[in-house]
Amino acid sequence: MLAAGGVAWISERIHVNLPRWLSLLTFIGVTAWVGAVWLGGPDQSGLYANQFIEWIPRFGINLIFQIDGLSLLLIGLTAILGVAAVVSSWTETKQRTGFFQFNVLWVMAGVVGVFSSFDLLLFFFFWEVMLIPMYFLIAIWGHEDKEYAAMKFFLFTQISGLLMLVAIIALVWVNYEATNTLTFSYEALLGLELEGSIARLLMLGFFIAFVTKLPSVPVHTWLPDAHTQAPTAGSVILAGILLKTGAYGIIRFVITLFPEASQDFWFWGMLLGVISILYGGYLAYSQTDFKRLVAYSSIAHMGFVLVGVYSFTTLGMQGAIVTVIAHGFSTAALFMMAGALQERLHSREMSDMGGLWQKAPRMGAVTMFFVVASVGMPGLGNFIGEFLVLVGAFNKSIVLTVLATFGVVVAAVYGLSLMQRSFQGELNPRVSEMQDFGVREMSLMAVLMIALIWIGVHPQTVLALSDGFVQILEVIP
Amino acid sequence: MTSLWLIPALPLAGFLILVLTEGRLPRSVVAWIGAGSVGIAAVITGYVAWQFLAHDNATIVSSEWLWFSVGSMEISFRLWIDELSLVMTGVITGVGFLIHWYATGYMSEEEGYSRFFAYMNLFVFAMLMLVMGDSLLLLFLGWEGVGLCSYLLIGFFHKVPEFGYAARKAFVVTRVGDTFFLIALFLIFWQVGTLDVQEGLAFARANWDESTTVNTIICLLLLGGAVGKSAQIPLQTWLPDAMAGPTPVSALIHAATMVTAGVYLIARMQGMFELSELAMLCVTLVGLATLFIASFTALVQSDIKRVLAFSTMSQIGYMFFALGLGAWSAGFFHLVTHAFFKALLFLASGSVILAMHHEQDMFKMGGLRKILPVPYYAMLIGSAALAALPLTAGFFSKDAILLGAWDEPNYGGLFWTGAIVAAVLTSLYTVRMIALTFWGEPRGKTYEISADSLWNPNRVRTVMPFLILGVLSIFGGWIGFEFTKQLFNETEAPHGLLYVIQHLDFVPVLTFLIPLLGIVLGILFFRLSEDDQFRKGITDNSLSGILSKYWHSGWGFDWVYDRFIVWPFVTIARTRTNKNDIVDLIFKTLKFFASLFHHILSMLQTGHIRWYAFTMFGGILIVLVLVMWV
Repeated sequence: MLAAGGVAWISERIHVNLPRWLSLLTFIGVTAWVGAVWLGGPDQSGLYANQFIEWIPRFGINLIFQIDGLSLLLIGLTAILGVAAVVSSWTETKQRTGFFQFNVLWVMAGVVGVFSSFDLLLFFFFWEVMLIPMYFLIAIWGHEDKEYAAMKFFLFTQISGLLMLVAIIALVWVNYEATNTLTFSYEALLGLELEGSIARLLMLGFFIAFVTKLPSVPVHTWLPDAHTQAPTAGSVILAGILLKTGAYGIIRFVITLFPEASQDFWFWGMLLGVISILYGGYLAYSQTDFKRLVAYSSIAHMGFVLVGVYSFTTLGMQGAIVTVIAHGFSTAALFMMAGALQERLHSREMSDMGGLWQKAPRMGAVTMFFVVASVGMPGLGNFIGEFLVLVGAFNKSIVLTVLATFGVVVAAVYGLSLMQRSFQGELNPRVSEMQDFGVREMSLMAVLMIALIWIGVHPQTVLALSDGFVQILEVIP
Repeated sequence: MTSLWLIPALPLAGFLILVLTEGRLPRSVVAWIGAGSVGIAAVITGYVAWQFLAHDNATIVSSEWLWFSVGSMEISFRLWIDELSLVMTGVITGVGFLIHWYATGYMSEEEGYSRFFAYMNLFVFAMLMLVMGDSLLLLFLGWEGVGLCSYLLIGFFHKVPEFGYAARKAFVVTRVGDTFFLIALFLIFWQVGTLDVQEGLAFARANWDESTTVNTIICLLLLGGAVGKSAQIPLQTWLPDAMAGPTPVSALIHAATMVTAGVYLIARMQGMFELSELAMLCVTLVGLATLFIASFTALVQSDIKRVLAFSTMSQIGYMFFALGLGAWSAGFFHLVTHAFFKALLFLASGSVILAMHHEQDMFKMGGLRKILPVPYYAMLIGSAALAALPLTAGFFSKDAILLGAWDEPNYGGLFWTGAIVAAVLTSLYTVRMIALTFWGEPRGKTYEISADSLWNPNRVRTVMPFLILGVLSIFGGWIGFEFTKQLFNETEAPHGLLYVIQHLDFVPVLTFLIPLLGIVLGILFFRLSEDDQFRKGITDNSLSGILSKYWHSGWGFDWVYDRFIVWPFVTIARTRTNKNDIVDLIFKTLKFFASLFHHILSMLQTGHIRWYAFTMFGGILIVLVLVMWV
């Protein structure tokens, strides 16, 4: 009920081109709403909000919005990072701010829709809604090579999205053949028995769409370009939230709609994850561009999500979800740092940095915190996620888990080298004056830091919310 | 017991205060917070120890709260005090407090005073979590935490790129070990079903025996973790470089506490290790090999801190050696005495280095005993304990290890010989260090020490830590061993002077005499002037030249790692194609063909009539030719 309210509430304001204050207030409002719903607790069926409106009954398409624990978590993340995205680009975008905020809000509306739609066509609709404004964000407010990056992003997502659409329609058709009812409802399709080969094919359709978004090797190459070229708010949204729709899709749709086919697919899923971890980590180390390095590190972290999900254990699944949330915060912060550096130095190249700690100790300390978090330090959120993923996966495949564990060493290598090349060492002579973080940026970072510490010390908040969903998974063979 | 939480909470609070004030507090306040928080923690530890002894050594457990609970895994924050963790906690807070105290003077002329104490306090917190945590995951939290602080403090002077490199090397190399540790945790969880230390050990005792392969694998993985943290072969290469950190850091982290975490881990998991002969043998061999290699290396170093670093490596080698032989109490006892005398040695060397304006090359020192009397005597006491001069603390623990080696049933004689030769080497490099630094005449510049500098080693405030550590280095051995023996239920273990007198036997007497002989030889040799014919004959021939070069480099480990791991890794990373991501080539190729076709097709629709006519004509021609041909 309230979910649709939340979405509609955003969309009401969307059509008015109001500048950043409005958009900031919107996100704060959504955050408050999520908080209120969370405190209100779930109903008997474990849902926090529920809304059903008929849309196109002839084809069984309805506006089904539901928010369970998992959705609420991700919507909460979206709302907080929405605030972060707006605040962090407060001074960065100087032109067409109205349209800029319009796009930011639309992406977010799309994401919230994705996280709460329980009708497959509605889900696909929102999947597309979040794509196009993102394209504009990159193509209009991006950096030097923005058209190329935006087009690449668009093509990758669009082509893979098309596969998903085909798979959705095919799935609905098979269901129609079997039960003679035409429906796109997630819950109605959940129990459908599928023939092995068809299930595999359809599963792949969904899987490819989501894994491109996640992204995993080998369809990850749009991400570094899109990230590097996107404005700060774009990067924050991209890494913090858009990638998570891929993870969400796999967790919510792929393994529940096609349980057997996914079970059979576990080895490939985990293998892709492990390759992403190692290859992404290694390429991160190879980069000289601050933002590109962080972008590749995202690929590595998302590899952990794949490994966790395809371990098919409660531990791995919960670990994947915690990783999703924690990575949202830590990477968003690092992208904001990249944006802040670019604003001050007009460069993302680390050869233009070095020794910045002397000029901006606060920025140095903050970067250190988030690098340490993303390296997987116990006590911070990312560790809980990665640890649970690896423990869970160990039961499934020792070899793959051991390989993934060595990804932790690679993370240390690129994380610390990022720190060294930007903030430590001798002061780069080309850097003359540089302003440290002020109150606005510092308080934003403080929120993200507290969030990561909270997840690290008391992850039960997250685990309890997603527990309901993971419990259901265990029932599925 | 809730107050147990105060012990780690105090340094953590100190860290938080110092970080949140961003260095705006005056230095005197920073010093009080930094050293004071650890000091109060030490006092509380004393109270806890009193309670512990008053209740017949009953384990003390803190209140707990849930960390997380997923599926069948439930981990709580809970502290666990038994003999083993109590002794470690005492060392960490006690020695830690003295080093903090010393550092308030040592760092007084450096930038980033507040940041320094923030990191140090965080370290103490993490180290306390490591030893007091009741589950392996909590132990791992501390384990990673101390690694982070070690990284932060080695690279404390962050303007110097070499220090940054040393810091990263330390972090990454130990992380390789940590990965083994992590895998061991996975294995324990799936085999035992819990990460709680006591439950795990109980499970192993009840269900596993000597033939359980899983247990051996777990122990070897844990050993892998311990080897990284404790700088043993083959992951030892980070420790000498770690000396880039300020000297109090070297004293606290890289001598007294963090590097002994590996020893603690093995001692903690005694119940599992005892079941696996292979794992125990590996522990022994790792210890012995490190002991040898590090002793020889220490003999040819010119940097005073590097001598101490290699010496630390070799002394930890003794501890591993002892643990592997089953001489648990001796090994652990050596950990404690080593913490005293090595901290003392480092602090004294720190004063020397400051007095020499950050000169660390011993060949540019000499004759310092006159201007630095307090560090000189401190160093003498520390060295005496290091070289196991009878009646010092180091003697009691090392003697126990050597006799423990002799008692080993299979290779006892061999092990004993190896350990005793290393003991002689220890004496030699210790005397050499003293001789080069303090004896003879000055070889380089000497400086006046201004009377009001806070680190001035003649002021009471700076002397106190020396004094206390000196007393512990001498007398710490007399009381400690009986206590440590109870720890591991080894009332029969041989030890000390009393034992020698009671059993006037060949081996105990030799064990007593040989290290002494080393000291005497060392003094005789290094007192000779450098132009002495005999001394020249030994140091200046070609064989010793090659050997000392080889030893100096730490037996070439760094060379091999750089060549075969670091170099390929970095070189491939630096190539252009790799930076641009090879996988992307696939998509670039796709794009290339797409635009190729685009160009070809767009050529067909240029809008030029001539071009259309020409292609039409060409097409007709081809068709005609084909028709006529066929």
